[in-house]
Amino acid sequence: MEKHITLPLTEELACSLHAGDTVYLTGTIYTSRDAGHKRMCETLKRGEDLPFDPQDATIYYVGPTPAKPGQVIGSAGPTTSGRMDAYAPTLMSVGARGMIGKGARLPEVIEAMKTYHGVYFGAIGGAGALLAKCIKKCELIAYEDLGAEALRKLYVEEMPLVVIIDSRGRNLYEEGRERYLKMHGTGMDQ
Amino acid sequence: MREIDAGRITEVIERLCIEANEHLPEDVKCAIRDCRVCEDGEIAQGVLDNIIENFEIADRECVPVCQDTGMACVFLEIGQDVHITGGDLSEAVDEGVRRGYEKGFLRKSVVRDPVRRGNTGDNTPAMLYTEIVPGEEIRITVGPKGFGSENMSAIRMFKPSAGLEGIKDFILETVEMAGPNPCPPMVVGVGIGGTFDKAAFLAKKALMRSLDSSNEDPFYADLEREMLEKINRLGIGPQGFGGRTTAIGLNIETMPTHIAGMPCAINISCHVTRHKTEVI
Repeated sequence: MEKHITLPLTEELACSLHAGDTVYLTGTIYTSRDAGHKRMCETLKRGEDLPFDPQDATIYYVGPTPAKPGQVIGSAGPTTSGRMDAYAPTLMSVGARGMIGKGARLPEVIEAMKTYHGVYFGAIGGAGALLAKCIKKCELIAYEDLGAEALRKLYVEEMPLVVIIDSRGRNLYEEGRERYLKMHGTGMDQ
Repeated sequence: MREIDAGRITEVIERLCIEANEHLPEDVKCAIRDCRVCEDGEIAQGVLDNIIENFEIADRECVPVCQDTGMACVFLEIGQDVHITGGDLSEAVDEGVRRGYEKGFLRKSVVRDPVRRGNTGDNTPAMLYTEIVPGEEIRITVGPKGFGSENMSAIRMFKPSAGLEGIKDFILETVEMAGPNPCPPMVVGVGIGGTFDKAAFLAKKALMRSLDSSNEDPFYADLEREMLEKINRLGIGPQGFGGRTTAIGLNIETMPTHIAGMPCAINISCHVTRHKTEVI
């Protein structure tokens, strides 16, 4: 199903989304990847506040290319989410609900999504030029020393995404493939 | 003996880094478009449409196709009758990468130390591969390699008794393990033979070969076709959302090996398989 949604990603909104839905997302999101996640979790461990309010927040796993003069941001497609698996449950435990990335997640992340009503969205990996078009504002808010990995606040309009794993733990990677094989067969017995 | 100035190599590499990152090779674009025609699921079709739109935007606006502008893999086939003057060759290559990544607004994705990390800030050093060949020219290829797919690569030292079936199973197993992570549709580079390190080099080299070409040996050309077909029956599909197009190409490179072994390396690449060549 095609849905146009506006952030923040409240519990009610999160629960209305299903694996396989095509979503056009509008609102404020935050960028972070490997080194940024590590720092955020260390911050929480020390009992300090994150550089942004995590409640109902959505985090985009991205390290963009530098913006050319006149651009809001450079190419900005998703990075592999699995590297953030070690940190994602901690961030969900303080309220962050949405994750945008690509690739498989560990069972413990999916369990945390069920507990905290999280949603894992897929952006098209490798479509950095296309995805940059949806990003209307970009502001660096923390960890500037990390370069491409710094924490940024983005405003996106109609960002094309697909719900990969929903808050009930249903997974498009499993279901989409099963559906295809059911229709076409594996052909391996031919 | 022909003299080539190291500064000329720097200039060419600077330009190739930018062009390779902004413009996909025609054979890759063609393969993606062909696969779009064969895809029948709605989500899979939508993904391929977006992928096509993405490389068209990159072409038109001269921006990087993907934000992972990669490690700069630089292949130099140096004619044995060439004398490089005016500087250190490795430094000339790194300077080309440094300038290209700065001038092209490309992402600097290299860390100084694999364990202790720390960005080098200029995307150097290049991953430099040199080969000495007959002639008095230098053939320069720059292939920026993203790591979402690089991380899903694998190498195995087979016993010769594992035979062709062992290699076939390994290819399918590696693609299966990679699943949605390397941004499918992927390109699969297979290197068979040599030593542990040579097999990996052959797999990387296979990714630089045009997708509309075949291995010169009909035995391996048939294997390329067979394995691509089998991969595209796995159902992983574009982005792993289910569909036919799991891979848009599979190239195999081989070389002689030891009586006791059969090394096989599989280098996975994504739909943004970039490379650009110039001969000077």
